[in-house]
Amino acid sequence: MSAVRCIDLCKTYRQGDVDIKALDHLTVEIEKGEFVCLMSPSGGGKTTLLNAIGGLDIPDSGEVWIAGERIDQMSKGELADLRLANIGFVFQAYNLIPVLTAQENVEFVMQVQGVSSAERRNKSFAILEEVGLKGLEGRRPAEMSGGQQQRVAVARAIVSRPELVLADEPTANLDSKTSTELMELFTELNEHHNTTFVIATHDQRVQAYAKRLVRMLDGRIVDDVEQHAA
Amino acid sequence: MRMFFVLSRLAWRYLWRNHRRTIVMLSAIAVGTWAMIFMTALTRGMVDQMIVDGISVIPGHVQIHDPEYLDDPSVNNRVAFSDTEIAARFSDAGFTAWASRVRVPAVVTSERESRGVTLLGIDPAAEKSFSFVDYDNVDGRFLEGPDDKGIVLGAKLAETLETRVGKRVVLMSQDPDNEIADRGFRVVGLFHAEMEATEESYTFVGKHTAQNMLRIGDTVTEVVFLGDDYRDVEPVYNKVVGLVDDSVRVSRWTEVDTYLGTMMGMMDGFMLIWVIVIFLALSFGLVNTLVMAVFERIREIGLMLALGMKPSSILGQILIESMMLLAVGLVIGDFLAWATIKPLESGIDISVVAKGMEMFGAASVLYPNLDINDVILSNVVVMILGFFASLSPAWRASRYEPVEAITKV
Repeated sequence: MSAVRCIDLCKTYRQGDVDIKALDHLTVEIEKGEFVCLMSPSGGGKTTLLNAIGGLDIPDSGEVWIAGERIDQMSKGELADLRLANIGFVFQAYNLIPVLTAQENVEFVMQVQGVSSAERRNKSFAILEEVGLKGLEGRRPAEMSGGQQQRVAVARAIVSRPELVLADEPTANLDSKTSTELMELFTELNEHHNTTFVIATHDQRVQAYAKRLVRMLDGRIVDDVEQHAA
Repeated sequence: MRMFFVLSRLAWRYLWRNHRRTIVMLSAIAVGTWAMIFMTALTRGMVDQMIVDGISVIPGHVQIHDPEYLDDPSVNNRVAFSDTEIAARFSDAGFTAWASRVRVPAVVTSERESRGVTLLGIDPAAEKSFSFVDYDNVDGRFLEGPDDKGIVLGAKLAETLETRVGKRVVLMSQDPDNEIADRGFRVVGLFHAEMEATEESYTFVGKHTAQNMLRIGDTVTEVVFLGDDYRDVEPVYNKVVGLVDDSVRVSRWTEVDTYLGTMMGMMDGFMLIWVIVIFLALSFGLVNTLVMAVFERIREIGLMLALGMKPSSILGQILIESMMLLAVGLVIGDFLAWATIKPLESGIDISVVAKGMEMFGAASVLYPNLDINDVILSNVVVMILGFFASLSPAWRASRYEPVEAITKV
């Protein structure tokens, strides 16, 4: 069973008087445990594809299947449950909840999932240590650097071990060292926990870690190749 | 419960994210709540005082009359039972207090002036529980018994009649045959009341002396009963009804003095309207605060939705935030009201406007009455209305599409 299956997806946005085809009859299948990098110039459709896979945006036509379930016809509540249980998100801008500390941000998804307090605490401390933020658990986002915030966002995305992690330009605001550490963490999770990663990026360093490169242009896949990770 | 805790923590943190705005809004709610309760306490205090004064002048909670008496309060419309029989019926019935009296219109004349008054022929001992007159605060003395031959006038009436303690006046009324019934009395005391109108309206003589003057034998025009609470006179009313027959009319005080009776009902309605008016003013601030709070965190709402929080949880979070804001504001407002009303409970001197207040039956000292039911009502109404006022911004927040919200700049 595929982790992700998109069939003939179309999505058009209207910008002023112009229709922009973000997804143009796109079909793609991603197997469980793959580490996929979506690449395209700006406006090529990779973020739209990520949003469609994550159930954040509904395509105009076509089908989206996640772990054998068709999601493009689900209600908002069902999509919320699906995201909560199966998908971890890392967004381009860190997107932490500013009123919560680093640890509370990491615990947030688990708390909504109903994980016990002790387990949440153990897991959040462990994952924050894993992403190099030991000792910063009590800091709020405004008290952390961009790189630290992004690592908190990554910790939040992976702490409950989702089957699928969707990351949109995860290294866009990170320095080279932090980017490398982050990608090594992704690779480790992919290899040791068989977590499926779909990452949209321009970053050549990220592409080097991917096992599969999907190039997009104007909402279509123009190249889909497997490669050996760095 | 788990989700409620998560949402409550988020709501509380978001409330203090923009602490300046929250403090301004809390101040508005607290001042509004204070105004609601303080004004209500003043008004209720005034109305209560008017009612208590009115009842103590009328007096009593329940009364017995001849069926025609309230329309024509003359000596011809006397209670059908003799005073002896009345005593036999009610003495051992367990009333808090009761008294029978003669109450008829009369004219009192001094050597200089005449005035129309209400003559009250009373037994001072039985009347003590009812009377607005402080027996110990009378210039001269009060009546000593039902056979007392003296008369007690109001201080203001004495001034009008240009008479004083020790002088004589003539009291004149009609007997049952419509003949003039009059008698000279020596003024033995001048009573004081909260309102000058009361001092001008009533004169007291001994009950037996009045009966003799009016030639009505052992009869009276009115029997009055006191219960425990003027707001709930039904137990006394029912007891009295059970002890009499159709030859007399039993009336609650609200039927005898419809003005005061209506006033009591109006007070509760006024309280509700007052609370709603204040809340409407507050609600603009509340809704504006919530709209701003939602607007400035659209991205975060989008993020929460993207992470798997349901729209209903977003709705709940905003509502909890609103309820927390209101609850904290109400607690502060309640405390402020308590702290400002308590020191004033011994009375606020409003004698500078006494004349105006007297026109509608209020005294020159105002005793604020902090009624717990008023506090509860204002708090509950604010919370309920606040809930509904918050629904719109909360609903809007829950309807955001995550992908649009998360990319909002």
